[in-house]
Amino acid sequence: MDPVLDNLDLYWDGFLRSLSIIGWSLVGSLLLGTLIAAFRVSPVASLRAFGSAWVTVVRNCPLTIVLFFMAFGLPELGINTSFYVFGVGGLIIYTSAFVCEAIRSGINSVSAGQAEAARAIGLPFTQTLTQVVLPQALRATVPPLGSVQIAMFKNSAVVGAFGVGGDLWSAGRNLTSAQGYAYIPVLTGVAIGYLVITLTGGALLAVIERKVAIAR
Amino acid sequence: MRLTKFTAAFAGVVLAGSLAACGGDDSSSEPEVVTDAEFEAGTTMAELKEAGTMTVGTKFDQPGFGLLGLEDTPEGFDVEVAKIIAGAMGIAPEDIEWKQASSDIREQVIEDGEVDMVVATYTINEERAERITFAGPYYEAGQMLMVNADNDSIEGPEDIADNPDMKVCSVTGSTPSEQIREYLASDDQLVLFDIYDKCKDALGNGQVDIVTTDNVILLGYVDESDGEFKLVGEQFTEEPYGIGIEKGDTEFCEFINQTLQDNEEAYLAAWESTAGEVEGTETPELPEPAPCA
Amino acid sequence: MSQTSVLYDAPGPRAVRRARIGTALAILAFLGLAVLVVLRLADRGQFDAELWNPWINPSDDTFSQVWELVGKGLAATLIAASLAIVLSLVVGVLLGVARMMLGRGLRVPVVAWIELFRGLPVVVTIVFVWRAMVEIGIDVGPLPGEPALWYLVIGLTLYNSVIIAEILRAGVGSLPSGQREAALAVGLTNGQAMRSILLPQAFRVMLPALISQLVVVLKDTSLVAVIGLGYLELLRRGNQISQNLDNPIQSLLIVGTIFILINYGLSKLAEYVERRMGRASVSSAGADDQVPAGQGA
Repeated sequence: MDPVLDNLDLYWDGFLRSLSIIGWSLVGSLLLGTLIAAFRVSPVASLRAFGSAWVTVVRNCPLTIVLFFMAFGLPELGINTSFYVFGVGGLIIYTSAFVCEAIRSGINSVSAGQAEAARAIGLPFTQTLTQVVLPQALRATVPPLGSVQIAMFKNSAVVGAFGVGGDLWSAGRNLTSAQGYAYIPVLTGVAIGYLVITLTGGALLAVIERKVAIAR
Repeated sequence: MRLTKFTAAFAGVVLAGSLAACGGDDSSSEPEVVTDAEFEAGTTMAELKEAGTMTVGTKFDQPGFGLLGLEDTPEGFDVEVAKIIAGAMGIAPEDIEWKQASSDIREQVIEDGEVDMVVATYTINEERAERITFAGPYYEAGQMLMVNADNDSIEGPEDIADNPDMKVCSVTGSTPSEQIREYLASDDQLVLFDIYDKCKDALGNGQVDIVTTDNVILLGYVDESDGEFKLVGEQFTEEPYGIGIEKGDTEFCEFINQTLQDNEEAYLAAWESTAGEVEGTETPELPEPAPCA
Repeated sequence: MSQTSVLYDAPGPRAVRRARIGTALAILAFLGLAVLVVLRLADRGQFDAELWNPWINPSDDTFSQVWELVGKGLAATLIAASLAIVLSLVVGVLLGVARMMLGRGLRVPVVAWIELFRGLPVVVTIVFVWRAMVEIGIDVGPLPGEPALWYLVIGLTLYNSVIIAEILRAGVGSLPSGQREAALAVGLTNGQAMRSILLPQAFRVMLPALISQLVVVLKDTSLVAVIGLGYLELLRRGNQISQNLDNPIQSLLIVGTIFILINYGLSKLAEYVERRMGRASVSSAGADDQVPAGQGA
């Protein structure tokens, strides 16, 4: 009786489910993180304050607690949707704080002359940011952003514990607990699944970094 | 506390290691600790008595059965049952080391020798009996459904598939979570958490529509909900709770069964002071023990 | 502020007015949302005294018990995190030095080890360590404290030591190559150069990154609350309290705040140390940029 080979379909479903959690969180956290980063450098003081409060709270709070407040806090506010949406939302919020900081450090790495030149030719704040600074900043932020996202891939394992289920980690838990398979072989299968995801992610990141480096 | 004399019967003959406690007219809820029990050398009981301490796996998050209280000791029916058994080996309650044994690791902690026994709302079934030995049963529960009081569309498990939008909540790796699957329209209906409290909270805030597990556990939630929740339908499974011990330790198993039979009053008192406090529960009769295999 | 304000002109009177209006609108929107949230929570009874009293009212019967449990949980969290960060530092330095000093062939297993544990979710690593050690029969009994503590600490160490090894490598990599060349030129061996010239300087620039990593470790200790490992750290204590008092929102709010305060303090400490060092730290020095900040779980 081989726990992994006998249940390849469960593993495969879990793998796909994890990939979908990761895919949505990747897109969502990049968008939200960029928005928060824009807040943090904006001329409007209240937005800056909001941005830095967001980062301070989210980055210093364990993901488990962020996910708890998504799954059990939002329903108290009358917001009811699937646990999948809550879980992905929690992962997006958590990751956005790290994305924001990576982008902000990227913005700071763009030389002041670039922004000054943009302003000298009359561009307003939004255009200075979106046309001149951010495109360059994004390049400088590729390595840290990549690390943040790969960390998110791994964090996706925690989402399953908050009612989402069906992901790679939960599939493994189900095999060991409900179906009584031994832990070590089941976990080895789970570990291989995550390694495939993170190592592929790392390799893709290296390719992107090389591309970006040439373009500079 | 009155100590009763404990006699070793037929030691080494037919019922090797199976012992009987005399008395049993002790009506206090504190289980008696028998200090002069004698066991045949080499048995689990002799080893535990010699050690003067034992490790018991129980739930730390199951109100009524095993819940780590604010005073930082586990409380509940399972805990009291364990104390009765430990007491018969001369081990006082304060000498028991409690270890958390959540649903998904119970067989494992027994196999690995991390605990001497598991008393943790542990349903006896064949799959589990391949890995461990069950003493008991000491309680017969049955699976039921709990819904919000204003839910009229669910009257039993058969109605679940007719309402495919409804979510059913249970605990990862538990028997109820497996047994409910045949009633579901699809696996998407099933939501799993690590503890039933989360299911109850999710039912309260509208994230799930049905919580399913054993009736006694649900009754506790109905009782504390002030009419917000209700049980529906009949119990649709039989869940005999057993005490998990190392596979093949029939002597220990027989000893546990005998101890429970001999301490029926302490058993009933244990029930009354824990799970039995909930309105709507019935005081159980001690079930006939299954043969130890 | 000088770095960000380069993005826009010093605002003139109109821009100042606009920014003020924007600020006012944003605050109004925020307040409106806050009022909605509060009303909604009040409607759900989340402000009921019986839910909050055990936490905030010293005359409540359970107040002292609750805070005593929080104290125990906090101690457990801090003990696990401190042990994990110290062990990670020791193992991480060994791994990092091994990766930098060993020859091509010998380096392969070290690199593989680092990539393996860098690529695994830390929650998988912890459960793996726990179950594997129990099943193989590696006894942590002789160590002080309960076994669950050590399963957690070893799991966290496996993960964080490889991160520290990479921080160290980035730290050494950020040093000018003249440092090593000069050391070799005055006759030091490779090992001596590493030990007396490169590592001391690398540690200096690494310090802020190490403190940031402690934040990650502290947060990761809370993962035991979702895997059933019976280590009663802060979050698990919060769950215990909420189960007894039926106030999960309130309990987790307070536990979360405690985590945030501690980690915020540590982050500020890291920033302070970074400023004191008076030079760019590892975190802006190379390709492994942001590793500490990015690995949170």
